[in-house]
Amino acid sequence: MSTILSLPDQRTATLPKKNYLNNEHGILSWLLTGDHKRIAILYLISITFFFFIGGAFAGLIRLELLTPQPDLVASDTYNKFFTMHGIIMIFLFLVPSVPATLGNFLIPIMLGARDLAFPKINLLSWYLYIIGGTLTLTALVLGGVDTGWTFTTPLSTHYLNTHVVTAATAIFIAGFSSIFTGLNFIVTIHRMRAPGMSWFRMPLFVWANYAASLLMVLGTPVLAIAIVLVALERTIGIGIFDPTKGGDPLLFQHLFWFYSHPAVYIMILPGMGVISEVISTFSRKRIFGYTAVAFSSVAIAVFGFFVWAHHMFIMGVSNYSALVFSLLTMLVAVPSAIKTFNWSATLYKGSLTFETPMLYAFGFIGLFTIGGLTGVFLGSLGMDIHLTETYFIVAHFHFVMVGGMLMAFLAGIHFWWPKMTGRMYPESLSKLAAVVTFIGFILTFMPQFILGYLGMPRRYHAYPPEFQVLNVLSTAGATVLGVGYMLPMLYLAWSLKYGAIAGDNPWQATGLEWQITSPPPTENFHEIPIVDYEAYDYERLEKMKKHEVTTVG
Amino acid sequence: MDNHTIAHTEEHHVSLPQHRHHFETEEQQREAATFGMWLFLLTEIMFFGGLFMAYLLYRNWYYDAFVAASNTLNIGLGAVNTAVLIGSGFAMALAVWAAEVRKKGLLVIFLIITTLLGTVFLGVKYVEYKEKFELRHVPGANFDISRFVNPPADARDQQHLAPDMAHKTEIYFSLYFAMTGMHALHMIIGIGLLIWLTIRAQRGAFSSGYVAPIENFGLYWHFVDIVWLFLFPLLYLINIHPMH
Repeated sequence: MSTILSLPDQRTATLPKKNYLNNEHGILSWLLTGDHKRIAILYLISITFFFFIGGAFAGLIRLELLTPQPDLVASDTYNKFFTMHGIIMIFLFLVPSVPATLGNFLIPIMLGARDLAFPKINLLSWYLYIIGGTLTLTALVLGGVDTGWTFTTPLSTHYLNTHVVTAATAIFIAGFSSIFTGLNFIVTIHRMRAPGMSWFRMPLFVWANYAASLLMVLGTPVLAIAIVLVALERTIGIGIFDPTKGGDPLLFQHLFWFYSHPAVYIMILPGMGVISEVISTFSRKRIFGYTAVAFSSVAIAVFGFFVWAHHMFIMGVSNYSALVFSLLTMLVAVPSAIKTFNWSATLYKGSLTFETPMLYAFGFIGLFTIGGLTGVFLGSLGMDIHLTETYFIVAHFHFVMVGGMLMAFLAGIHFWWPKMTGRMYPESLSKLAAVVTFIGFILTFMPQFILGYLGMPRRYHAYPPEFQVLNVLSTAGATVLGVGYMLPMLYLAWSLKYGAIAGDNPWQATGLEWQITSPPPTENFHEIPIVDYEAYDYERLEKMKKHEVTTVG
Repeated sequence: MDNHTIAHTEEHHVSLPQHRHHFETEEQQREAATFGMWLFLLTEIMFFGGLFMAYLLYRNWYYDAFVAASNTLNIGLGAVNTAVLIGSGFAMALAVWAAEVRKKGLLVIFLIITTLLGTVFLGVKYVEYKEKFELRHVPGANFDISRFVNPPADARDQQHLAPDMAHKTEIYFSLYFAMTGMHALHMIIGIGLLIWLTIRAQRGAFSSGYVAPIENFGLYWHFVDIVWLFLFPLLYLINIHPMH
């Protein structure tokens, strides 16, 4: 039934003469482009830049925590470090990571369209991102922010004398970038599908991005208004969150988490889409339970909107609402488990091969499962009171966001790198990087679960000496992890010039994106395809290959 | 064979200047634009939703302060503004109709009427804001509660609030300025777009059946109207019940 992946002969593969990369030349042809593929590349470069800045702050945090004494930086500098790390990683890296790069590049192609519905708005969204990023860096250069990425009131409105308004404006603007990306995706998926591309023939990557886009469109405006109110409170002193005037700081928390909890699904859902594609391709099988996986994305998006108060269990919400939100939180575990079980079932009796994207995907499944299950700990009321605001919660969301999303992002980047650039990455070096990342990750964040369980609070730059062994392990792991992230950066850049030429379909995958040249032509399809087959139909691909005539020369 | 002929006739269709290359048909382009606009309005609903949530909460907590503060607003000006805005929305609806029947002159006239009525609304709002500054009812360091503790003889509402509750009127005015301010900001953006559309309409951009920008701007303008239709009773008419 299934087939073993055999890579086509790369010696005969050639780059297409005309493609989106060499169609036009000059810096302006990039900065004013409407081509979704070029915008994806712009995004890829900018989010990589911000990722390494955010990573540098993570490095500084781990360096400070190497010793129990506060010896590297003063405590308020440390506060600025973790705030910058959080703001950059969440708003400038994780939220746009997969949707704005891979999603932008692939969704129109996967649907059989020539571009996203609104190319100019797509470009605008990149410019908004850049303005948001620049303002964040401005806040950093001017002296930093130390509210934590959550901007908790009244700390952010009354007690801090740092550049809160600048950082808030940055997030407000970057938020609109995310809204426009989501809006573009939803309209494209509804209105631009090729003839025959029904909803249940769409690749699961598109489904996952669709669900994430719903969250972006419905959640982000609520963050925007919460941030506007914080900025107004700081600048002109309106009292909506100010308890001395009768305002309620908890209202800010409600509004903030109403976005920021769904935001974690904005971050993880597109990653899950990548994993579905990768697992299916390297198992040579249709994804098990396609419909269930598709609907579980939507279910995560829907449930995701009704769990926000689990961030507030110790902040004085009523017992009844805590009970309800705890229950609803458990419900989110169901669609996540559906996905994990279906991926495992896809692997069962598949013809597995272990290319780099597959290694990252395995990393994702393992680490995401640990991250997800520890989320159930935190969703239970009793446990949460002990564990919240400790390193346990830090470890939990890093397992999901870094262990999950970053693994998925790297899986996707490696998987579609041949399509985006026309060249292969070096296989053995990239496998090494995948393994190094996995080991480094486990070493960094496993000790943090134990630290948190033992009671080490987050956001402190000093700790009792008995916690030092675990902290040293964690810092050592962070160093390994840093190497793991530097490697792809270096060899992917190297492969742009020296990588082997990939050919159109190096993975023998079924998606529409693999039926066009690598790199694709500017208009994607010379003729809009008519889709008369299901997604992941490897048997059809096999039959097609049998009838194929090999030409020599 | 059939598909080919269909594709062919469609290619014939795409010669209009507004048709963008990545859409297969003009119909698809129009549907996409309208759908995008509705989605954008959905984000706007969520944006204002945060403010309405805050209003709901504090009105329940500080009802007396909300009543007393709302009674200092000028219902007459609010009602006039409501009528002005509905008139503006009506003119916009007529503008969409004029674009659809390709009457350039009428379209320009209706767009100008829409713009003028929108400007009148902002003018009235300016008068109202100015009064708030004079009464020191703008939240912040200068906020003054004396009017609510000891109402002057000419006040519509003669109820004396305890100082504790009187302080909560600042929350009301915070919301009043945040909500009407956000609404006014949307009006200002809308008027900017209206001027741009009027210039394009004057040049004949919408005289050949290409009405999507007018239609979609109309959706936006009506949305801004509807927000006001909620703001007016919530802010001005808290304890004005026709039944009592």
